[in-house]
Amino acid sequence: MTSRKPPRVGDSPTFRRFLIAFVLIVGTLLIAAPLAVIFAQAFSKGWPTFASTIAHPDTRHAIFLTVVTALIAVPINTVFGIAAAWALTKFDFRGKRLLTILIELPFSISPIVAGVAYLFVYGLQGLFGPLLQSADIKILFALPGIVLASMFVTAPFVARELIPLMQAQGRDLEEAATSLGASGWRTFFYVTLPNIRWAMLYGIVLCNARLMGEFGAVSVVSGNIRGQTNTLPLHIELLYHDYQTVGAFAAASILTVLALVTIVAKVLLERQGAGRHHGSALAGPVAVSQDTTR
Amino acid sequence: MKITLDNVVKTFDTFRAVHGVSLEIESGELLALLGPSGSGKTTILRMVAGLEFPDSGRILFGDVDATDIPVRERGVGFVFQHYALFPHMTVAENIAFGMKVSKVRRSRAEIDARVNQLLQLVKLPGLGNRFPSQISGGQRQRVALARALAVDPKVLLLDEPFGALDANVRRDLRRWLREIHQELGITTIFVTHDQEEALDLADRVVILDQGKIAQMGTPRDVCRNPNSAFVTRFLGDANRFSGVSSNGRVTVAGVEVATAAIPDGPAEMYVRPTDLIWSREGQGVPVRITRVLDRADGRRILAETEDGTHIEIDADVDLDVEAGQRGFVQVKRANVYGAGA
Repeated sequence: MTSRKPPRVGDSPTFRRFLIAFVLIVGTLLIAAPLAVIFAQAFSKGWPTFASTIAHPDTRHAIFLTVVTALIAVPINTVFGIAAAWALTKFDFRGKRLLTILIELPFSISPIVAGVAYLFVYGLQGLFGPLLQSADIKILFALPGIVLASMFVTAPFVARELIPLMQAQGRDLEEAATSLGASGWRTFFYVTLPNIRWAMLYGIVLCNARLMGEFGAVSVVSGNIRGQTNTLPLHIELLYHDYQTVGAFAAASILTVLALVTIVAKVLLERQGAGRHHGSALAGPVAVSQDTTR
Repeated sequence: MKITLDNVVKTFDTFRAVHGVSLEIESGELLALLGPSGSGKTTILRMVAGLEFPDSGRILFGDVDATDIPVRERGVGFVFQHYALFPHMTVAENIAFGMKVSKVRRSRAEIDARVNQLLQLVKLPGLGNRFPSQISGGQRQRVALARALAVDPKVLLLDEPFGALDANVRRDLRRWLREIHQELGITTIFVTHDQEEALDLADRVVILDQGKIAQMGTPRDVCRNPNSAFVTRFLGDANRFSGVSSNGRVTVAGVEVATAAIPDGPAEMYVRPTDLIWSREGQGVPVRITRVLDRADGRRILAETEDGTHIEIDADVDLDVEAGQRGFVQVKRANVYGAGA
């Protein structure tokens, strides 16, 4: 009679049922139901309405702008993330901890604060405003501003995925490759990159998801010019305020689909050994701490 | 290739890792750098490799000053403690890596032939298509060695090569490494904290203590004539007795031992457990047995002298003793050093 056995700690049947039910109910109400509503509303007037909303030039431009922003910002942030993770894990230098905190800062700062800050730096009354105006360079209320604000918000994603992994890997692999005669670039492309690729892709996916959905920072710097500087999230808000409910939901459904694609990609990548548990992908014991005999 | 270290110094932040080490390694020699952690042995090895650079002093390869030659051009084979095999490459790809990135162009067939030849040498034929995660620790270490040998290094450097392996595998690999060294005749330096490993494997042992050479010599030299209390203790279990030296003789617990070159005053005598002879009755230092440990090759008696010093004695498997018994120990052989040596 297994039921006679005393439950393990924290595993009494009542508690277990209660906890699972609680998470299930809250999860449904908070997450699943609203998502379902988006699709239900988007298609409430039928496919033709949905299609015509999506085909509207302003919506198409918003999608286009969001994709272009991602295409520019994600690669830059990826390179930044690799550089930051490399610097923080393979070198020793003063102020290393400070730099680590700095890189993570965008996680804790409200995006709107970032947007306002950019306004003060690049705006007409801002730090570089007059200079930029005299040079006829438009940053705010244009693509560069949107890209910069998006990059600020998503800067930590790739670095954060790579840092724990590269820390665990240590410098042995690079040292081994170099001692065998490989150049710096060769070592990076043939040894370092293949060993961090899944974590890197995972970081890119998260970075992209966050970036395409960014509202706060972008709404400050873009100026909300319909058909010109409206990204998809901004466009959704605009449609909603215009009482174009179906249009808002149709646009929202596109963003949701992008998010779902991201989630699927994330799951697939996690299966490939990215995410937090990297142990299986490594050969041999990992030198977690550097040799103390040095 | 003969290697010379000339007064090499290395400091990390504020920690002095290596203090003026001078050392000559003859061509074809198999040398062990032996020491406890923090003794600077790995740092010395990494400086020879070019993975660290000395603050001062020179490192010569033959007659060439190699001090500032980067690791990439130094032509050394380095085997890492944790193997550092490339996990995303097969065993064969790992071994071929050095040849593929080399400035010397080799054809595919040439590389494949060399990889197979090296797999034969390290006794892993047919494992070329496995990934490092699919082979055992001992096999990984052999792949790491094959990979290092593939670039025809002038010097082979091994950092705690058997540190992460269990005892039996370690012993097999030691023999095997010795055979490979004999076959190839390549100058080899390895680092270890395991005195048995160093003594088993090396032609010459360099014992390091706090970044300085404590003693160097053949295994026989250092075992029979350890020059300090540190070396004596580091090479194996030793019982320590305090005594007084006068006129070339030391009196320890009532026993007189003849010594050479110990100034008068307090002295320390070190005796290996096998150099103490236990007897029920008779002469020697009176002791009381506190415990007896049984081992595969003998019995180890733990005892206490009358002044409370703990000592250990190795005895024959047949010796019938037990805790609580009293008896005497005689000193067969001892090393005596002035106090503080």
